[in-house]
Amino acid sequence: MSALKKILDNIRPNFDEGGKLHAFKSVYDGFDAFLFVPNTTSKSGTNIHDAIDSKRIMSMVVIALLPALLFGMYNIGYQNFLAAGTLARASFWSIFLYGFIAVLPKLVVSYVVGLGIEFAWAQWKDEEIQEGYLVTGILIPMILPVNCPIWIMVIAIAFAVIFAKEIFGGTGMNIFNVALIARAFLFFSYPTKMSGDSVWVAKDTIFGLGNQLPDAFTCATPLGQISQNINVPYSMCDMFTGFIPGSVGETSVIAIAIGAIILLWTRIASWKTMLSVFVGGGVMAFLFSATGSSHIPWYEHIILGGFCFGAVFMATDPVTGARTEIGKYIYGFLIGAMAIIIRVLNAGYPEGMMLAILLMNMFAPLIDYCVVQSNISKRMKRLTTKK
Amino acid sequence: MKNVIKLRKGLDINLKGTACKGTISTLKSEEYALVPDSFCGVTPKIVVHEGDKVKAGEPLFVSKKHPEVKFASPVSGTVESILRGERRKILYVKVRADEQQQFLDFGSKDINSLDAEAVKKALLDAGIFGYIKQLPYAVSTTPDTDPKAIFISAFRDMPLASDFEVELEGNEKDFQTGLNALSKIQKTYLGISSKQAAKALFNAENVEINIFKGKCPAGNIGVQVNHVCPVNKGEVVWTVDPAHVIIIGRLFNTGKVDLRRVIAVAGSEIKKPSYVEALIGTPLSAVLDGKLAKEDHIRIINGNPLTGKKTTMEDYIGAATSEVSVIPEGDNVDELLGWILPRTKEYSTSRSYFSWLFGKREYNLDARIKGGERHMIMSGEYDKVLPMDIYGEYLIKAIIAGDIDKMELLGIYEVSPEDFALAEFVDSSKLELQHIVREGLDMLRKENA
Repeated sequence: MSALKKILDNIRPNFDEGGKLHAFKSVYDGFDAFLFVPNTTSKSGTNIHDAIDSKRIMSMVVIALLPALLFGMYNIGYQNFLAAGTLARASFWSIFLYGFIAVLPKLVVSYVVGLGIEFAWAQWKDEEIQEGYLVTGILIPMILPVNCPIWIMVIAIAFAVIFAKEIFGGTGMNIFNVALIARAFLFFSYPTKMSGDSVWVAKDTIFGLGNQLPDAFTCATPLGQISQNINVPYSMCDMFTGFIPGSVGETSVIAIAIGAIILLWTRIASWKTMLSVFVGGGVMAFLFSATGSSHIPWYEHIILGGFCFGAVFMATDPVTGARTEIGKYIYGFLIGAMAIIIRVLNAGYPEGMMLAILLMNMFAPLIDYCVVQSNISKRMKRLTTKK
Repeated sequence: MKNVIKLRKGLDINLKGTACKGTISTLKSEEYALVPDSFCGVTPKIVVHEGDKVKAGEPLFVSKKHPEVKFASPVSGTVESILRGERRKILYVKVRADEQQQFLDFGSKDINSLDAEAVKKALLDAGIFGYIKQLPYAVSTTPDTDPKAIFISAFRDMPLASDFEVELEGNEKDFQTGLNALSKIQKTYLGISSKQAAKALFNAENVEINIFKGKCPAGNIGVQVNHVCPVNKGEVVWTVDPAHVIIIGRLFNTGKVDLRRVIAVAGSEIKKPSYVEALIGTPLSAVLDGKLAKEDHIRIINGNPLTGKKTTMEDYIGAATSEVSVIPEGDNVDELLGWILPRTKEYSTSRSYFSWLFGKREYNLDARIKGGERHMIMSGEYDKVLPMDIYGEYLIKAIIAGDIDKMELLGIYEVSPEDFALAEFVDSSKLELQHIVREGLDMLRKENA
């Protein structure tokens, strides 16, 4: 350990001002801080600090995302083998490996492109690298359909990181959820690659694994089928465990619930936001099915599509969400309600979670403004009654 | 029935090396120094020359804006040097102490026969008026302010802080006299902790007693004022450290300026954490002599680890120093992969670490920041440890943006930097909140001057 530290300290001068490798200073600093806890000590202010930092927080979110990611990989294989009718003969590992190889390039490319921009930006602005992309980088492949080509994902990531995050000032200053901006970018620019009924099941063999499906093969998501008034062929159990077509990480309620427990237990995500998204969505879905506008029972709205994934991992993003405690209830409730409204009332969009969260990202500052304003008026009132 | 105020928010950090009661030794030193910086907000004007003879109680410097506010010498002796720093800022006024101490006699007075003006005048003459602080701005107050109330918090609950009951022992009479004197000026509130037991506190006279039940920072004067009698724009509240109440009491009882106080010497790098009695102005080298467990990689703090100032042996006990703490510096610690390893020795309020498993374990924390400074990312972190009716995050943002109107609206007049000490501790974005709040307060003070 100390040998590694020595090597790092020895090569440091190359990266300092005037050194040969100064152009890579942000990369060096990033790796140094990644390997060792920085031992800079406080100069003014509190002399002691809590061990928590944003690196740890982001790492915890990534860990919370892993169950959904791993399940998503398995499900990609599962859907391919199911469509080919060879599921009974396939082993667990061949199914998982197929999905793993299908997702891995996207994960790698997502991190390389996103972190590359992040490193370059940090170097240009002479700042420290911020960890926000660690989460965004894993989120983006998880919210795309498996057949979404890598090259358009690259464009979306570059757009989202630069225009949704860096120009606002980096992690902590962005108004919209960066991963969702990437998805929205693709959703409106390449609709045929993002929705419809031919993008949800992987059709090619990869390194001899999996099955080659005919080009004409189609399979819509349950929500897509519902919006076209087709009967959903999946059982309640499939919907809950996640053996249904959908974006990579969104299908399994169980895997997402494990992530939710991690986030809530570590108190990284606010239970207030998370709970109220479910309440908002539940209430709205109940109203729609009671009035007959929606053909499925309210709980299916909750477990289908990206609702759970959005509620657990996207709505709870502290930067883009409401920051006041009362605001979190309102913000969450409106996301849930809005997602169901978009799903039911807009036939063009079978899924509404992404748009609902982006919409409420925009209104979160307004909600907070109203909450803070009530504190201000209380203070003003105290002043006037005194006089 | 006394008023009990329960506070739900807050955090007690259990640090290794809390001072034990026991025999309290009295420290003596050859030289003493008054530090103008320890009187926040005062621009000093020197009124002695090097080589002058002074008695204990004679002023060494006065406030430039209010020359009637004098600052008394803690000892009698010869003014040895006036040390100046950058831009001729006065750092210390050093006095070499005489063998035989001579006190300037201000005459003992019966409080009951005095009115508010007479009490103020006595404090001004004796050069201890400047020890009284005020909200807003958390600075040393001036005699032209008209306080709506006077607040005293009789307990310190920051980690490693000194226990005021130890300081109080043997000084009960002076403490009560001090309270009597202050209550002549304006209605006086005494905040005590539900964990305290001293009769002198619970039976204190001429004051309104509020009992605070809750975690740190319940002992912060700003928190207590916020709950009992919040400061509005244009109002002033005086706040007095309980140790200074004893000094005020002594002045009226004995006629002398006697700046003795009991100080905790605490921290994991102190051999035997204990209490000492010393004059304000005693050099830290005398306070820490023979007490350090280690010589290198330590951090000496004038105050407690949360609100105290990083300093060296060349510093002196300041007006507000109730403890001197020494903790490891941590600049020689290399921890691998901190973002994922369990790090069971570290303390964190976050459940991503395991401190919640260990209950009341004592922690040995060093001075590392343990992360890089970021923009505000997590929400609600400050609110959990700020038991005031204030939106901390929004106030901090308003200060960073320099938005004076917003600062006023969000209640900057009610806070002092120390109220944000715990928030700064728990902040995962590692922002220097106390520094930011101080800047905001200075900005407003300048604006309203």
